[in-house]
Amino acid sequence: MTRPQLAHDVRIVDTTLRDGSHAMAHRFTETQVRDTVRALDAAGVEVIEVTHGDGLGGSSFNYGFSRTDEMQLIAAAREEARRAKIAVLLVPGIGTVEDLRRARDHGADMVRVATHCTEADVSPQHFAAARDLGMETAGFLMMAHRTPPEDLAKQARIMVDAGCQAPYCTDSAGALLLHEARARFEALVAEVGDEAWVGYHGHQNLSFGVANSVIAQEVGVRYIDGSLCALGAGSGNSPTEVLAAVFDRLGVDTGLDVMGLLHAAEDVVRPYLTRWPKMDRNAIVQGWAGVYSSFLLHAEAVAERYKVSAHEILERCGELGLVGGQEDMIIDVAIELAAER
Amino acid sequence: MSPGTVTAAIVGPGNIGTDLLAKLRRSSVIDVRYMVGVVESDGLARARERGIAASAEGVDWLLRQDPLPEIVFEATSAKVHTANAPRYAKAGVRAVDLTPAHLGPMVCPPVNLHAHLDAPNVSMITCGGQATIPVVHAVSRVTPVPYAEIVASVASRSAGPGTRANIDEFTHTTGRAVAEVGAADRGKAIIVLNPVEPPMIMRDTVFCMIGGDADRAAIAASIHEMVAEVQRYVPGYTLRAEPQFDEPRETWGGHARVATFLEVKGNGDHLPPYAGNLDVMTAAAARVGELMAQQKIEQQTIGAQA
Repeated sequence: MTRPQLAHDVRIVDTTLRDGSHAMAHRFTETQVRDTVRALDAAGVEVIEVTHGDGLGGSSFNYGFSRTDEMQLIAAAREEARRAKIAVLLVPGIGTVEDLRRARDHGADMVRVATHCTEADVSPQHFAAARDLGMETAGFLMMAHRTPPEDLAKQARIMVDAGCQAPYCTDSAGALLLHEARARFEALVAEVGDEAWVGYHGHQNLSFGVANSVIAQEVGVRYIDGSLCALGAGSGNSPTEVLAAVFDRLGVDTGLDVMGLLHAAEDVVRPYLTRWPKMDRNAIVQGWAGVYSSFLLHAEAVAERYKVSAHEILERCGELGLVGGQEDMIIDVAIELAAER
Repeated sequence: MSPGTVTAAIVGPGNIGTDLLAKLRRSSVIDVRYMVGVVESDGLARARERGIAASAEGVDWLLRQDPLPEIVFEATSAKVHTANAPRYAKAGVRAVDLTPAHLGPMVCPPVNLHAHLDAPNVSMITCGGQATIPVVHAVSRVTPVPYAEIVASVASRSAGPGTRANIDEFTHTTGRAVAEVGAADRGKAIIVLNPVEPPMIMRDTVFCMIGGDADRAAIAASIHEMVAEVQRYVPGYTLRAEPQFDEPRETWGGHARVATFLEVKGNGDHLPPYAGNLDVMTAAAARVGELMAQQKIEQQTIGAQA
């Protein structure tokens, strides 16, 4: 499989309607999705991701039930987008090939298959299915701070060999410092050569999402993720509207209309926000202790239920080395902390 | 054959087969006579060291032996078991299947084995299924469970290439078995691989949707009773905390929830203790064999008396 032709210097992928699902506690309505897709599409965003925050099949006790069936949201997004591709996230172990087929039937054009950064060998089954379905592909190596650059590159190789067109350095914990991010970008770009593009997905927990994106572009990363109003897990993602403005100032062509994105952020997304992701104590602890950003709302809810503090829960999650998907352990940790009192 | 024992064979001399052998050798009713592979391996050598007839000539060799085994434990692959199963059936050999072939009824010893003790072929479901279905059943025998969801976290080192190449098989089979064997209206399964060092001990969380007015004390007592039952064959199967009850929520369709947090520590027979996910499979398979053998011996005794 070859990498797709790019129309611009970098391809900004907007994940407001997927990573943002975490911050919205998976309560998106069809109207919110339609309005957001229309605004993103009009502003020139090429790829819009729409899925439960934890990917296809994520609606559950463990991660939170979706208010609206994600297939209905995917179909609505597909109807609204005139130019943009609609992407879905799939985390093997949560979602399955069967879910992917349904998403394809509902109009998804692209899939991003996500594994922990050392477990890429659970993804070939899903990349093979995506190829058969004629979908574009990307691969998330999540919690990329947890493995050194050379090992991350080996994992990217597994994905590329399985049919992934764009392996990502996915900084799920928003933990990568500038030099750590750069080393990973360089290792991935060197590994995949011209067989695939390299992507970067950032979180703002230590405020580096946009700065790391600038470094990424400089060293050859070509897919960069953002969310309007930073809407995403933890303190959110690199804001799409800021990425557009910064790359415009740098003279990097993104094909995006800055004013259009500012309108989308300010007039479409902000009115429906139930919380505006920010760098508060809990989110900073996530970046500092290397905790999966999606744990934030769960830790806050469980903290209240068991009368312990969320930042202590999150710090303990970091010590235990929990990975994405282990949201159930947050309850276990809270019970343990309450018992230690 | 010593009186009062049932002759058995293990097909597949890898880590699972070797661990299963260690467990079956502690049984007073099962006599493992044969270990079978298709190439010479450490597993065959280890079996020979223990005085077991071991061959790299596959099932052809096994089915030429006299006596034939009465029970064969298959720890190969779905493809191999699918090919072997009709041959076992033809020879009158019962099969306990640890592969993902799922040809026979899915069994979990403390839940539904009594209904399948005479089945010619039984499936051991999945590791996550063996670890969690007892708890789903413990809840559903007290109160209706419209939906059950399990999350299995396992150490990366304990997830072999077969599991990794087809992780959807785990998700589908376990989700189906949680509903069908555990007796919930709907089931869902999630698996997470964690590479942390030192390796994490297998953890399982079982979420059951229940009515807001369900008898919580009875549910908790039933879960405790079931955990004790599983401990008879998996000593390291423990509750991390008391079952946790959460009040009804609008986002749960107005239902309440009971959450059970389990740790599954292996016995460390051949596999390391953190690999509770593998141990729970071999321990459950050994338990199935043991109960099948006991029933057979009882029937023979009754037959002799008559």
